[in-house]
Amino acid sequence: MTETRDPSQIRVVVGMSGGVDSSVAAYLLKQQGYDVIGIFMKNWDDTDENGVCTATEDYEDVIKVCNQIGIPYYAVNFEKEYWDKVFTYFLEEYKAGRTPNPDVMCNKEIKFKAFLEHALKLGADYLATGHYARVEERDGEVVLLRGVDRNKDQTYFLNQLTQEQLKKVMFPIGHLEKKKVREIAEEAGLATAKKKDSTGICFIGERNFKEFLSNYLPAQPGNMETLDGKVMGKHDGLMYYTIGQRHGLGIGGAGEPWFVVGKDLKRNVLYVGQGFHNEALYSTSLKAINMSFTSNKPKPKKFACTAKFRYRQEDSPVEVELLDDHRAVITFQVPQRAITPGQAVVLYDGEVCLGGGTIDEVFKNGEKLTYVG
Amino acid sequence: MQTFYLDHAATSPVHPEVIEKMTEAMTNVYGNPSSIHAAGRYARKVLDEARSILARSIGAKDTEIIFTSGGTEGDNTAIFGVAQALKSKGKHIITTAVEHHAVLHSCEQLEKAGFEVTYLPVDETGRISVESVKEALREDTILVTIMFGNNEVGTIQPIKEIGELLKNHQAVFHTDAVQAYGLEKIDVNELHVDLLSVSSHKINGPKGIGFLYQREKTPFTATFYGGSQERKRRAGTENVHAAVGFAKAVEIAQREMETKRQTYLQFRKIFLEVLEQEQISYKVNGHEEYFLKHILNISFPGMDVESFLVNLDMDGVYASSGSACTAGSIDPSHVLVAMYGKGAPELRNSIRFSFGLGLTEADIQQAAERTARIVKRMTNSLN
Repeated sequence: MTETRDPSQIRVVVGMSGGVDSSVAAYLLKQQGYDVIGIFMKNWDDTDENGVCTATEDYEDVIKVCNQIGIPYYAVNFEKEYWDKVFTYFLEEYKAGRTPNPDVMCNKEIKFKAFLEHALKLGADYLATGHYARVEERDGEVVLLRGVDRNKDQTYFLNQLTQEQLKKVMFPIGHLEKKKVREIAEEAGLATAKKKDSTGICFIGERNFKEFLSNYLPAQPGNMETLDGKVMGKHDGLMYYTIGQRHGLGIGGAGEPWFVVGKDLKRNVLYVGQGFHNEALYSTSLKAINMSFTSNKPKPKKFACTAKFRYRQEDSPVEVELLDDHRAVITFQVPQRAITPGQAVVLYDGEVCLGGGTIDEVFKNGEKLTYVG
Repeated sequence: MQTFYLDHAATSPVHPEVIEKMTEAMTNVYGNPSSIHAAGRYARKVLDEARSILARSIGAKDTEIIFTSGGTEGDNTAIFGVAQALKSKGKHIITTAVEHHAVLHSCEQLEKAGFEVTYLPVDETGRISVESVKEALREDTILVTIMFGNNEVGTIQPIKEIGELLKNHQAVFHTDAVQAYGLEKIDVNELHVDLLSVSSHKINGPKGIGFLYQREKTPFTATFYGGSQERKRRAGTENVHAAVGFAKAVEIAQREMETKRQTYLQFRKIFLEVLEQEQISYKVNGHEEYFLKHILNISFPGMDVESFLVNLDMDGVYASSGSACTAGSIDPSHVLVAMYGKGAPELRNSIRFSFGLGLTEADIQQAAERTARIVKRMTNSLN
C-alpha cells in the first residue's frame, strides 16, 4: 500500500451494492482523484415471472450514484460461483445441523476472490468495498484493523482474508462512523443517502428464512426434549434452530423461558433447556477448523489474544493452540454462552484482526458437548 | 482517446441531413394532420410525403404503411393484431428460436392466452430451413413470423422461399426486418410478405418511430384505439417531425445501400485480417453467405464477455454481446443458445461488432488492433 503514484494513475474497482456504504466508498475515492470504476455484482437469481429481480432496484441505484459521481459502471454475474462456493456450503452446513455464516464464505470465495480476479482483469490496482474495516501497512505487511465505528465493524466477516488479498484491498469508509457516512452521502446528494441498510443474508433478504430454507431442504419435524429425555413438544425441522435461540419454541408454562441448547441429528431431536443462563449453554473451549491468518509471519504454537464467536459480540480473552491441518483449540478465560458450530471464531490483538476459523466442536472442561453437534 | 462506435446494430447516430430536415420541420410544421385548417393540411402533406418515401422503399402502396413508435411496436402490433383477428380460424403460430425478444415475448404472451407456438430450430449458422416451416405448417396456422436478418449474428433467413410456400395458405406472413432494412433490397411483393416491421433509429433516423407494412386486406385488429389516424389501425396524433426525419434517413439509406454493403464487407475483411495478423484465435458466428453486412459476431476462445466488454469500453471500442438483464449483467444470448446449445463456450465468449455511419477503414483497423491487444493481454494473464 505504499503508493508513490499519482492517484489518477491508480485504478480502483469499487464493488457497489447499491447501498449507501459502497456509494460513499466510491465517492470518496473519486474525490481523492483515483481512476474509479463501479461494478455491481449479481450473485443470486431471483427473477420473478415478469423477469424482474430484486437486484434490479439495487443496480438502478448503482447507475444513479455512478452517474452522480461521474464514474463508469458495469455489472458482473457470479451466480454460478456463488451457488457452487457459497450456497452449496450453506446448505451442506444446515444439513449437518450447523449454523453457517455465508457472508464469511462470500467474502472469501466471491468478493475477494472471483470478484478481485475480475477487477484485476480490468486492469485494477485495487479492489475497494464499503466494509467497515481498515487496512494499514505495518512492518512490510498489510494489517486488517477493526472499523472505527465499533457498532459496525465488519472484520468478523473478513477474517478469512489472506495477506495476498489484503494487499489488493481498500476500505475507504473504515475510518468513519456510519452517521458520518450518511452525512457525506447527503452532502454529496447521492441517491442512496437515505436508503435503508440491507438486513439479513443477501440472497434471502427480508423474506421469511424458514420458508426460504424449506425450498431447498426437506424439513423433518421431530421431538423437542430436555437433555434428560423429557419430551417438551415438537420442532419443525432441526435446520430452523440455532443454539441459544429462544423464539419459536412454543413451550409455555411456568418458570423461566426455554432455549435451544443442542441438537441430535441421528434421532432428529432438538434439545431445549430452561433459563437464559442454562448451564448446558455454557462451554469453556472449542475446536476450530479452516483456521486462516491475515499475516504470513510465523506464529507461535500457543498464544493469548481476544476472540469473537458471533458478530457484534464483545471480545473475550482466549488462549489459542494451533494444531496441524488448519485446526486450533481455543480456550476461553471465562465460560462462554451459546457457542455455535458453523459460526466463525475470529481472533484479535487489540485493533488488529488476526484471522479466524470455523467453530467445529465445543467443550466443557475438556469434555466434548456432543449435544451441540 | 479516440473512440470507435461499433454498435450500430444497437442504435445508430442520426445523419446530419436528417437533423437538418427535422429541424426545418420542427420550425415550420406544427399543425395536426387531422385538422381542417391550413396548418393541419400542411402537416398532412408533409406526413404523406414521408409515407410515400417509406412505401416506395419496399414496393408498397402508401395506404399499406402504418407509422409506429419503432420495431417493438411493429412486431407487437403485427403479432397481436393477427392473432386477435384470426383466432376463430386457428390458434397456431410459427416462429423461430432466434427472433428478437419483441417477437419471442409476444409469442410467449399469446401462449399464455391459449395459442400454440412452434419455435423452429436453427442450424449452427443461425438459419432455419424452409422445409421445417413446411413441416410445422398446419391447417390451423394463422401466423408465421420469421425475422429477415438476425440482430445478433446477422444471419439472413430464406424469406422469399417461405413467402412462396405460404402463398396459398391462410397464415399471415410477418417478418421483422428491423436489422435488414436499409442494407438489403426489400420488395414486399417479391418476398410475398403480408406484414413487415421496420425501425428508424437503426438507419440513422430519429428514435421513437418506425413503420409496419400491412398488405391490403391482411386480417388485422388494431391495438390502439382513439382517433382515426392511420386508417384506424393506430390511433394517436402522428409524430410528424420524426416521420420527416425517418423518411430522410430512408432516402439516404436507399441511395447509399450498395456503397454501404461494399464498405462493410471491406470493414469485415480488415477486422478479420488484423485478428489473423495478430494471431488471435477466433471464429465468426453466423452464415458465410447469407448475412447482414454490418454485423460481425466473433467468438474468442478463452475470453469471457463480461470482462472483455468492459476492457473494450475502457479502450474506447464500443461493442456488445447478447442482452443485459435488468440488473445489468449479461445473459447468455438465446440466439447463440439456439445455434450451439446450452453450455457451449460461444455463449460466454462472443462479441458483436456492428458497422455504420462515420466509420472509416482506418477506424476499423485501429479498433481491431485494440481488440487484439486486449485478447492477448487477457489470455496471457490467465495462463
